[in-house]
Amino acid sequence: MKTGDILLSALRGVTANKLRSVLTLLGVLIGVASVILLLAVGNGSAQTIRDSIANLGTDTVTVRASSTGGGGGPGATTSEGSTVKEITLTVSQQLAEAGLGHVEAVVPQVSTSLTASSTSTSSDSVSIIGTTPEYFDVSTSSIGTGESFTTEDVTTSAKVAVIGSELATTLFPTGSAVGQTITVDTVPFTVVGVLATQSSTGTDDPNTVVIAPITRIQKSFTGFGAVSSLLVQATDSDDVAAAEGEIGVMLDQLLGVGVDDTAPYTITNQTSLLETQAASADSFTVLLGVVAAISLLVGGIGVTNVMLVSVTERTKEIGIRKALGATRGAILGQFLAEAATLTMVGGILGVVVALIGANFEIYGTMPVVLGYSIPLALGVSVAIGVFFGVYPAGRAAAMRPIQALRAV
Amino acid sequence: MTNQRARGDAAPVLELIDVQQVYGAGDTAVHALRGIDLAVHAGDYVAIMGPSGSGKSTLMNLLGCLDIASSGTYSLAGNNVATLSEAELARVRNQEIGFIFQSFNLVPRMSALANVELPLVYGGVKRTERRRRALEALDRVGLAHRSGHQPQELSGGQQQRVAIARALVGSPTLVLADEPTGNLDSESTEEILGIFDQLAGEGRTIVIITHEEHVAERSHRMLSVSDGLIVSDRATPHAPRAFPQGVLV
Repeated sequence: MKTGDILLSALRGVTANKLRSVLTLLGVLIGVASVILLLAVGNGSAQTIRDSIANLGTDTVTVRASSTGGGGGPGATTSEGSTVKEITLTVSQQLAEAGLGHVEAVVPQVSTSLTASSTSTSSDSVSIIGTTPEYFDVSTSSIGTGESFTTEDVTTSAKVAVIGSELATTLFPTGSAVGQTITVDTVPFTVVGVLATQSSTGTDDPNTVVIAPITRIQKSFTGFGAVSSLLVQATDSDDVAAAEGEIGVMLDQLLGVGVDDTAPYTITNQTSLLETQAASADSFTVLLGVVAAISLLVGGIGVTNVMLVSVTERTKEIGIRKALGATRGAILGQFLAEAATLTMVGGILGVVVALIGANFEIYGTMPVVLGYSIPLALGVSVAIGVFFGVYPAGRAAAMRPIQALRAV
Repeated sequence: MTNQRARGDAAPVLELIDVQQVYGAGDTAVHALRGIDLAVHAGDYVAIMGPSGSGKSTLMNLLGCLDIASSGTYSLAGNNVATLSEAELARVRNQEIGFIFQSFNLVPRMSALANVELPLVYGGVKRTERRRRALEALDRVGLAHRSGHQPQELSGGQQQRVAIARALVGSPTLVLADEPTGNLDSESTEEILGIFDQLAGEGRTIVIITHEEHVAERSHRMLSVSDGLIVSDRATPHAPRAFPQGVLV
């Protein structure tokens, strides 16, 4: 019996009971479509997180003073008996001038939360950042209109500020904020620039900040103690780890931290946090995939069921075919081809449905179809069809013709 | 074998020597056939008669290689059936035997033409050749014009004619018919028997199993089976003159 004949007879078998075939096909279709679509949804959400990592800039690390009591916080006594220093603006400058091979820039930051107001409006409490002009190069915040404050402004503790775009609209709904005066707490600042609008990724909305020279913020609000954090830019995104190491060694030296002491600061890599999120999104994808795979399996069992019924119903036909000279292989081939046809057609339709479905946003996530999921789902569905078809087909093929012919 | 006198020294198409068929075992064992000796030569038209339970259906199943005898030897066209593998048995059923059943046994939802083609499909005959031969066979039984119809669209007599076409299409050594007229009215029965007469006239070897006297009488040789044994074997008036009368094998 030739392959073409086997396929033709399989097609005839499938179309013989249309409703049953369609229902079985539907099971496989849903299974395949859900595998592809759910994987695409999971992948889509991981993709969103990865995009925001790229947004963040992957070449920076943040140094923060630890706030743990007891252990090795600032001011704690070291094992040698001396006092561990805090990270101050001076330390930041020393760090920047230390000539570390993989460090491009060190940007100190102090921050607080205060209200800002114009003559007409006042805002809720917004985040106030004191820093140096390099901040606009190193961080993802960049100047939209106007300009940055200068190093000169930092030296002179000038009362100038760059504000977030949303804050600018809130305080100056009618015109440009640049050149206007805002009052932070009780201190007046001249707005020299407005930040470009950016997407909000963290807890702080970058569109409602006030950024001013660090010396001015220290003088007016936070005092000349420790800075909140240092934003360190590595020479290249590949050098982040090296820069982290260099900063650690240098800081220990500058702060007088002994080998046995707990460092009074933590160095966090912004991207590592988001990479963790991305990883959890990936495991979410796997979970979704497993759920979908189960539905595919159920679809496969549906195929087995239909094939079993089909074999039982057509026992007599099998007997006739055997009496006419059909070999075991020919009967086996016929029923396997039927099972494969069912799952193949169901699988292809499932792929089509999934590809259409992937064009729509699902729960705020744009699905991104994983290339490998299509051949995977299709292959698995056909494999299931053939695997689960083997048993009924084997039963059909093994029947003695005389038994099969006696069936009603 | 006494009747070899009439047929020269040619080996019989089918030969059974002390064939027994036992179903079950021990006290409940049923001896369906209790020692059958039979030889059928090329061109014979044999009717096997017997009441139900006589073992004639069992005999038919053995002759058709649908079942294997418990003991004894059955040779078909020189093949000892007992020694054949399953694949070889399938080939023998395909090449050597043309089946005609009481209930027609056409494959439903397949056109008459496709049904007739089926043995050729399993025989590995090419599509165009298959079509040509199937149409030829349908023409033989006068149904070429209904080749596209499915079995359920045909009358009983027409279905049986399709089945005969299917039995003939592979040019088998033996045409084996099991109560071919059992489900047909008298008019259709006459049609079918007419076709068998023609086939016999062409020298086809035919074995027909029936319990109807008037059907058996159209053959050339009548066997009676009772209680698993052949109890009579005689030539009918239709037999060619050379055939010996009243031979009991």
